[in-house]
Amino acid sequence: MIIQDWLAQVSTYAGSIDDLFALIGVLVGFWFIVSEGVFFWLLYRFRAKDGVKAEYITGEEKHQKRWVSWPHYLVLICDIFIIYGAVTVWYDIKQDLPSPDATIRVIGQQWAWSFVQPGADGELGTADDIATVDELYVESGKLYHYQLEARDVMHDFSVPVFRLKQDAIPGRVITGWFEPTTPGSYDIQCAEICGIGHGVMAGTVIVQTPEEHKAWMMANTPQVRDSISIAANTAR
Amino acid sequence: MRPIANTRDVTGVPTGRLAIWWVIGSEIVIFGGLLASYLMYRLANPGWAGHAAHTNVVAGGFNTFVLLTSSLFAVLAHQAAEAGNGKKAAKLLIATTVGGLIFLTVKGFEWTHEIQLGYTITANTFWSFYYTAAGLHACHVIAGMIVMLIVAAKARRGVDLHHVELIGIYWHFVDVVWIFLFPLLYIAK
Amino acid sequence: MAVSVGSEPTAHEDHHHEQSFWSKYVFSTDHKVIAMQYMATGVVMGLIAGFFAYAFRMQLAFPGMDVPGFGIVTPADYVSLVTNHGSIMVFWVAMPVLLAAYGNYLIPLMCGCDDMVFPKINRLSYQVFLLSAIVLVASFFVPGGGFGGAWTAYPPLSAKAEYNLTPLGSSLWVLAVALEFVAFLLGGINFITTAMNSRAPGMKMYDIPVVIWMLLIASILFMLSVGPLIAAAIMLLFDQNLGTAFYDPNRGGDPVLWQHLFWFFGHPEVYVVLLPTIGLTADIISVFSRKKLFAYRTILYTAFGTGILSFFVWAHHQFISGIDPRMAHIFTVTTLLISIPIAEMMFVYIATLYGGSIRFTTPMLWALAFIGEFLIGGVTGIFLGASGADIYLHDTYFVLAHFHYTFFPITIIGFYGGITYWFPKMFGKMMNETLGKIHFWGTIIPFNFIFIPLFFLGMAGQHRRIYNFEHFPELATPGLQNIRVFATTALLIMLSFQLVFFYNFITSLRKGKKAGKNPWKANTLEWTTESPPPHGNWPPSELPSVYRPPYEYSHPDREEDYWPQNVPN
Repeated sequence: MIIQDWLAQVSTYAGSIDDLFALIGVLVGFWFIVSEGVFFWLLYRFRAKDGVKAEYITGEEKHQKRWVSWPHYLVLICDIFIIYGAVTVWYDIKQDLPSPDATIRVIGQQWAWSFVQPGADGELGTADDIATVDELYVESGKLYHYQLEARDVMHDFSVPVFRLKQDAIPGRVITGWFEPTTPGSYDIQCAEICGIGHGVMAGTVIVQTPEEHKAWMMANTPQVRDSISIAANTAR
Repeated sequence: MRPIANTRDVTGVPTGRLAIWWVIGSEIVIFGGLLASYLMYRLANPGWAGHAAHTNVVAGGFNTFVLLTSSLFAVLAHQAAEAGNGKKAAKLLIATTVGGLIFLTVKGFEWTHEIQLGYTITANTFWSFYYTAAGLHACHVIAGMIVMLIVAAKARRGVDLHHVELIGIYWHFVDVVWIFLFPLLYIAK
Repeated sequence: MAVSVGSEPTAHEDHHHEQSFWSKYVFSTDHKVIAMQYMATGVVMGLIAGFFAYAFRMQLAFPGMDVPGFGIVTPADYVSLVTNHGSIMVFWVAMPVLLAAYGNYLIPLMCGCDDMVFPKINRLSYQVFLLSAIVLVASFFVPGGGFGGAWTAYPPLSAKAEYNLTPLGSSLWVLAVALEFVAFLLGGINFITTAMNSRAPGMKMYDIPVVIWMLLIASILFMLSVGPLIAAAIMLLFDQNLGTAFYDPNRGGDPVLWQHLFWFFGHPEVYVVLLPTIGLTADIISVFSRKKLFAYRTILYTAFGTGILSFFVWAHHQFISGIDPRMAHIFTVTTLLISIPIAEMMFVYIATLYGGSIRFTTPMLWALAFIGEFLIGGVTGIFLGASGADIYLHDTYFVLAHFHYTFFPITIIGFYGGITYWFPKMFGKMMNETLGKIHFWGTIIPFNFIFIPLFFLGMAGQHRRIYNFEHFPELATPGLQNIRVFATTALLIMLSFQLVFFYNFITSLRKGKKAGKNPWKANTLEWTTESPPPHGNWPPSELPSVYRPPYEYSHPDREEDYWPQNVPN
């Protein structure tokens, strides 16, 4: 009945979203069971019986209204807990951006994802950027900022195991963050309908250990590859 | 064949007047949505002032004057109808309609000129709003004129004199919408 | 209160003349006929939308199969099917059946008058509505096929044919929706003025049946919220067809504007369809538990509160759509506040049962099922209104299951509750109770088996509007696929049980037991006239007057357990 039973948690904030879900589940679950319980009990208790006339209760008097208003105040208290939880989780994930170890660009278009990572210099928009399509290679334990763009229509960058989701809006660049924890390869889905190819707009995020990631960077940095070999030659 | 339901007035407000106010209520949110969108865009795009400079304030101002005058005729028509003078009310309503016609004619010249200069509905989002908002308003003017002529034809025969008031209320509303459109589209530069 | 029925003009002799088929059933201005027209159109549209659901659920359970009666579901078919399933169910089933059909049928009858105040506007309203339905259905057959950009129609996808690949379908869709709104604006004028101004002599504010109050509040909500979307639809039509750039970010527009205008209407719209069902549930529960409604005034206040709050929650649909993250806090608070009046309303309904003498007739079962099922829809909404949790749940099947747990009780249960309760009045015959109960259980049980599993699929991260999950390794597992097959099977069972209803409907029409004026021993005014009521509802000299509130059941001063509103003492 909780999210992590269905899907692994692979980012630092996945746990807090799942905990919020569980908190809400407990609070509303309680009210749900109480309401349905009372409801079915009343249906059984006051089923029509021969010769028994129904009572005449207006419900307008104070001692009667109490039966509705007290539960109702308790619901309000539960709401306050939920609001507190929701606001803090939201603040941590969407509003407050911790400083990044790296920044990547994520671009949605009909119907593919492209990703741009900084090369060895750690900066986007330079010659050693690494561009990939539909596959995002990241390093576990490293905090990433993403700059999300869309080329044509609305898309939504969703990585369920990260509990990450953000609409991509043409004409805007939206910045957010994530920090992967466990190496592995996971789904990226588009979570905003983007035309007939919406169902094939799949991507993969490959979370690598620092060593793997370093090797991948080496192997895929286009221009730096040459300079590396030069450096290796001079060292020799 | 008027249903009995139509003759009752539990709230104390005649049914026709109640209905016209609800129509206006729903119209206000239509124009409200359009103008709120325009304002949001306008605030985000200070450059639009340059486009607004190409609108013809004199023509717009004259049209404002024409509409206000026609509203005055609508008020006078209501007075005449209250006094039971259907013929006079009909004449005044026709005067109101003529006001609407002048408004549309001026508008026609304005738009022709602007389109000739290349300021079409697709020129820029300012002009898109300009034609959409003013066009929607013009549709209301035309609809109002048609209904007004029907009401006038009936009033001349002394039939349904209370409709004179209702079309008057609607006309004032159309007028008020223009009072909002004129400064927003023409004057704010 | 002085009552002088005789003072009302009796211009109604011509009510009883012979009418041709056309003027009686097609171009009628009688509110009851117009109600039937709305209901029939709504049911036909519902069958179409149900067929769509069948086609795309089959595709999800058995990807690539040749669906019997439809064929292969291509990706373009799939998005078009889900888009139009949603659009039809909200705009062409829920709205016409709940608001227009029940509104048209009940407002004049329960207010004790002969017709709507403006019968011709009423007829025009239906004609425009019918036109909108025809335009929508036509859009499925134009080159390129029906619109496939979701019922929310977010631009730029909906604005440009090069993106959505349905040049005609998308324009016709917007046009149909706009026409539908015009129809309901015209209808709304009648609902509001009739309920406000034309009530029977003696019917004061708190003597109005709850269902009438709810129809009135729903109409007002609709009229005050739909405007921005009409403006938005005009702009979208211009973007599609004239080449303007209201929503085109490359030329100075902003696509998010549409979302704000859409949801400013979209959320009140939920209450526009919810309130009529809430209202008719109140009437049914009161009648079949033989109880006065608990805290009648509280129900009204909660409905007002919900209505007002519903204008301030729209951005909870847009938490992750790039709005300023600080806005999310405000909308989380307002959204959770809405749980207060709705919870209170549910508590009041449950409290009404206390001390009752509950009869489990078919309409009562539907009304009770509404409460039981809507509670699930209500509590799961909290997860989505809480911004933090919505980051994960947004656009997943959890959302889908949640709103089907609201819309299904509202639309389908509301429709069946109303039709089984007022069938004797509408057609003068009783429906078969046994068949009614078979249909009830055959609908309710599979309904839960369709949508409970979808909550779990949503928690597993399955997103909406994807025609085939084979491209997503996490979703293509056999375990999840079994859940999909299970849900689809339940849908097939539920759909097949609907045949029982239609069979029952037709046989009861032909051979049902005669109903008489008041088969349920109910208090409200519609039960004081013939079944079915004649044109004009009552003979003009016998229009009822009202002496008391509508829910005086089991009053201690009275021998019988009901006390009709029109009986002087």
